[in-house]
Amino acid sequence: MDKRPMSFYFLGAFFIVFLLFLYGPNITIAILSFQGENGGLTFPMRGSSLHWYAQLFERQAVGDFTSALLRSLALGVMVMICTVVFSLLAGLAFRKRFVGSSTVFYLTLASLILPSILVSLGIGLMFDRFGLTPNWFSSGFGSHLTWTLPFGLLIMFAVFNRFNPSYEMASADLGATTLQTFRLILLPLLAPSLMGIGLFGFTLSYDEFARTLMTSGALNTLPLELFAMTTNVTSPVLYALGTVTTLVSLCVILLTLVLLKQLNRKPKHQGN
Amino acid sequence: MMLSRQIHSYWQALPLTLILLGFLVFPICVILVVSFWDYNEYSLIPDFILENYEFLLTSKVTLKAYLQTFKYAFLSWLFTFLIGFTLAYFLAFHVRSQKTQTVLFLLCTVPFFTSNIIRMISWIPLLGRNGLVNSSLQSSGLIDQPLDWLLYSDFAIVLAYIHLYTMFMVVPIFNSMMRIDRNLVEAALDAGAAPWQILKDIIVPLSKSGIMVGSIFVFTLVMGDFITVKIMGGGIKANVATLIYNEISLLQYPAAAAGAIVLLITVLMMLMILFRLVDVRKEL
Repeated sequence: MDKRPMSFYFLGAFFIVFLLFLYGPNITIAILSFQGENGGLTFPMRGSSLHWYAQLFERQAVGDFTSALLRSLALGVMVMICTVVFSLLAGLAFRKRFVGSSTVFYLTLASLILPSILVSLGIGLMFDRFGLTPNWFSSGFGSHLTWTLPFGLLIMFAVFNRFNPSYEMASADLGATTLQTFRLILLPLLAPSLMGIGLFGFTLSYDEFARTLMTSGALNTLPLELFAMTTNVTSPVLYALGTVTTLVSLCVILLTLVLLKQLNRKPKHQGN
Repeated sequence: MMLSRQIHSYWQALPLTLILLGFLVFPICVILVVSFWDYNEYSLIPDFILENYEFLLTSKVTLKAYLQTFKYAFLSWLFTFLIGFTLAYFLAFHVRSQKTQTVLFLLCTVPFFTSNIIRMISWIPLLGRNGLVNSSLQSSGLIDQPLDWLLYSDFAIVLAYIHLYTMFMVVPIFNSMMRIDRNLVEAALDAGAAPWQILKDIIVPLSKSGIMVGSIFVFTLVMGDFITVKIMGGGIKANVATLIYNEISLLQYPAAAAGAIVLLITVLMMLMILFRLVDVRKEL
């Protein structure tokens, strides 16, 4: 291996500084969330305690945090399932040219890059004008899908651009029906990507704020609840909350990575 | 045969299309219609008036908000591009093993999966009047008074954008850099090119598409954002989307709708220019 150039060390240092910039704030609030009972929003630490974490689950301290969390988790799962199924189907559709395919593609792009407040306002107004009551599981659900489906479809494009069709052809040559090819060849090969889409869909929905604003109805999802708290909670309980939600996200990612690893390992065992 | 395969495509694309029609296209039509309506304190009055637009387009507040928004968009784009390009370059060309690449990449993407609001709040103990930055600067004797412009300022807003959106730049640029044939760089070196020439004549032109995709992301995210401005600007600063947000809170839906349509047209015009320069579908 040849010697690394000077630029490697500069860029490496730059990368580390960036990571510090990326993680620094999160680490700071994680530390401050263990602030003692008399401590405030900034340093210095006045002792350390789990006081603020205990407060988190008392209704009067921070509003209804637990049910907002549960609501967001439920919505995340609903959105995740639909995103995976609909993106897979649409991805399959786009493997062939069909009339209107470019319109659908540009619509999907538009859904991704149009300002979220527009989508939120539009869906909110639509429900209002038709006399429907907006709810997190109806209008909120729809508005989240406009955000997660484009990511899902773009990932499907990326996957199919690199996908080798000979496996399917071989399976068809050997006399498998379309459904058999799909179930036994396509689905196992696509499984890791589909998990990725699921992970993306879940976390995007779980953190979505702008599109939920006018579409969640009377009950807040977690990000809305968090935003409300930023204006009226002025104790380290906010930091405890931030740390807990970050941990939830991390757990979801880790879980998916572990599952992915399991999934990748399985075929090898069968091969032996 | 051909036809039957096409039919499959239609039902497969149907769920996605229906969702987009019902929750994107139709709502935008509703906004367009409502933007011509009249309203009073209690209700919306179906009508066809141009006053919402007239008020919007002649008001100084709108102009100021647009200028402010463009300023944020430009500054965020500039910094996310410079930082994002450097990081992508490091990951693509300097990190040699693919395993290290993946690990470093994951390290960068993990914060992306945590709530934006939490990531913004996290700056408060660092940048506030009694925050870590001010207190360490003061104790080191560099300043006597705490710096006021660190939090609830343009600086804080742009900093938060960079913090939130740099990854949207890194991913596509890294993606296109990974597809650059390494032999090109090798050949240029053999032909006696200086490192900066390689950068300027090979790497930048060949990662142009990634740069464009990243720019589209950052630009549109900043144009439509209001939550960052609300939290990091401390309620004093306003961009276009915060104006719309405020009108929504006051239930002045037709005014908000007109604001949204003008924002939509602005973003679409900018995007049309950007899309001229890149074919997104080929870049995946």
